[in-house]
Amino acid sequence: MSQSAGQILLKVDDVSKHFGGFTALSHVSVEVAQGERLGLIGPNGSGKTTLINCISGALKNDAGAIVFKGENLNGMPPHQRTRRGIARSFQIPRPFHSMTPVENLAVPLEYVTHRGAAHKADIRGEAESILSDMGLGDKMNAPCAGLSQVELRKLELARAMAARPALLISDEAMAGLSNAECDEVLAILFRLSDKGITIIMIEHIMHAIMRFSNRVICLDAGKLIAGGAPGEVVKNPDVQRAYLGA
Amino acid sequence: MNGNSLKFYLGCGVALLAALLLLGSVQNEYVFFASYVVLQFIVLAIAWNILGGYAGYVNFGTSAFFALGGYSALFMIKAFAAPLVVQIIVAAMFTGVLGLGIGLLSLRLRGIFFSIATVAMAIICETIITNTEFLGGAKGVQMTRPDPIAPFTSYTKMLFFVMAIMTIAAIIIARYIENSWIGRGLRAIRDNEEAAECMGVPTLRLKLIATVISGALMGAAGAPFPMYMSFIEPVSAFSLNYSVSALAMPIIGGTSSWLGPVIGAVLLGTVQQLVTVTISSELNVLIVGVLLVFFVVAAPQGILGLFKKRAEAPKPAAGGAAK
Ligand SMILES: Nc1ncnc2c1ncn2[C@@H]1O[C@H](COP(=O)(O)OP(=O)(O)O)[C@@H](O)[C@H]1O
Ligand SMILES: [Mg+2]
Repeated sequence: MSQSAGQILLKVDDVSKHFGGFTALSHVSVEVAQGERLGLIGPNGSGKTTLINCISGALKNDAGAIVFKGENLNGMPPHQRTRRGIARSFQIPRPFHSMTPVENLAVPLEYVTHRGAAHKADIRGEAESILSDMGLGDKMNAPCAGLSQVELRKLELARAMAARPALLISDEAMAGLSNAECDEVLAILFRLSDKGITIIMIEHIMHAIMRFSNRVICLDAGKLIAGGAPGEVVKNPDVQRAYLGA
Repeated sequence: MNGNSLKFYLGCGVALLAALLLLGSVQNEYVFFASYVVLQFIVLAIAWNILGGYAGYVNFGTSAFFALGGYSALFMIKAFAAPLVVQIIVAAMFTGVLGLGIGLLSLRLRGIFFSIATVAMAIICETIITNTEFLGGAKGVQMTRPDPIAPFTSYTKMLFFVMAIMTIAAIIIARYIENSWIGRGLRAIRDNEEAAECMGVPTLRLKLIATVISGALMGAAGAPFPMYMSFIEPVSAFSLNYSVSALAMPIIGGTSSWLGPVIGAVLLGTVQQLVTVTISSELNVLIVGVLLVFFVVAAPQGILGLFKKRAEAPKPAAGGAAK
């Protein structure tokens, strides 16, 4: 895909996170290569979103380091991490609800992609083209309040894309969607991957994880318990135990 | 400058001209005495709206910023016999710093907790002032007005004109914020702060810009107050009416643009003045309260919202150049 494929883009190095006495992440280490499609699985409450929050900067990791493009991001606020190329979607969509989809995308376009440059018309044009790509072409100037669940998920991804990330983290973008809708979202993620964007996909839907990922890692109770090819990881007894309960 | 801006600045010029005409033609001092209050409320409402309307952080402590503006002026008068302009500048700087403090609170406190903190801040400020002998303590300070500066024929007229200029300045500032990267970022913060931060918006910096400007404008509006009344004491300076009105006026007028607080302040401010003359000033807070409830229920987008619904024309392009 890209000439730099195989290079380490993101390194999560021995990261721990506690909430009071509760350990949400315990010594998690993982490396993500440029262009990779990494599946992140784990039962509810295993710390997937917490790990994403530590990577995006929404939470501060208590120990360890998040290293992106060779730079240690510890202590860096989220907006600066986004400017360095990390974008995420939220598990529960968080649109700017008083704005239209175009205006939603204008925020990262103005604050990240075209900081200090670009005219209003360019930004609008770019927002429209991303939204059309995502299949939201006919809704882009309507109020967000009228969007369906799947449209909100797409808007989450579209808005993250507007920041032109090197790494996109998708947090359960398919939860609660129908099979056809899942396929739509999956197709979008594949297209983004083809463009060279590194993607971490958090998902419960196994067939989506199996189809999408080059590699899968599994969190359980804040610990990484498995990692490897998708087929191997789902067969791993620890993973099966974590999912089925022991 | 585009057509809209041209119209806007022409409007500002016309408003200033109207104020001058009023000064030249009307003799009745009361007109200026009352208009001053309405203008003062426009400034307070606009200032409140920069934080409350644009960024969604509800400040219940406007009275503290207003009163500390007045007390900063009093301090400058007593300590340095400073002229009015210096009083206003120092007041704005002092309350701007207070705004910075409130802004830092927003690091940890969101929503109702932020609002409660602003109430606490107001109570603390009032207690401190009440116990500061140099600033008159609980019984206040009586002041004698100096002679008005030519060409003004009375001090009230002069204060009216000063407040008119501050009003226009506040409107220009609010409009600038609204149409700039700052305003668009604040709007994203109001809609969803976490998402805004993750989409590249430097939320802390923008919130601090908003709290400092908002606080400074409130303090500036309060600076001429001691001279306007020829008297200042804590209970009236920290009156709940300022906090409630500064919040009610934008909500009634509409919080989405600078015009909302102006409409709300003119409307409510005028009603308050009429009620004060005809019945009693005690009724003011009650009237504000009733109108507020009415609008929150019947027209949550304020008066502006009612008009916008009718004229929902194609919106101008979102976004623009960030700094
Ligand atoms: N901000 C927080 N404060 C306290 N506990 C939290 C917080 N965020 C997550 N947790 C806890 O951490 C654990 C992991 O949560 P999360 O990362 O959301 O799990 P997942 O995304 O894998 O379902 C859960 O037990 C959750 O209750
Ligand atoms: Mg989660």
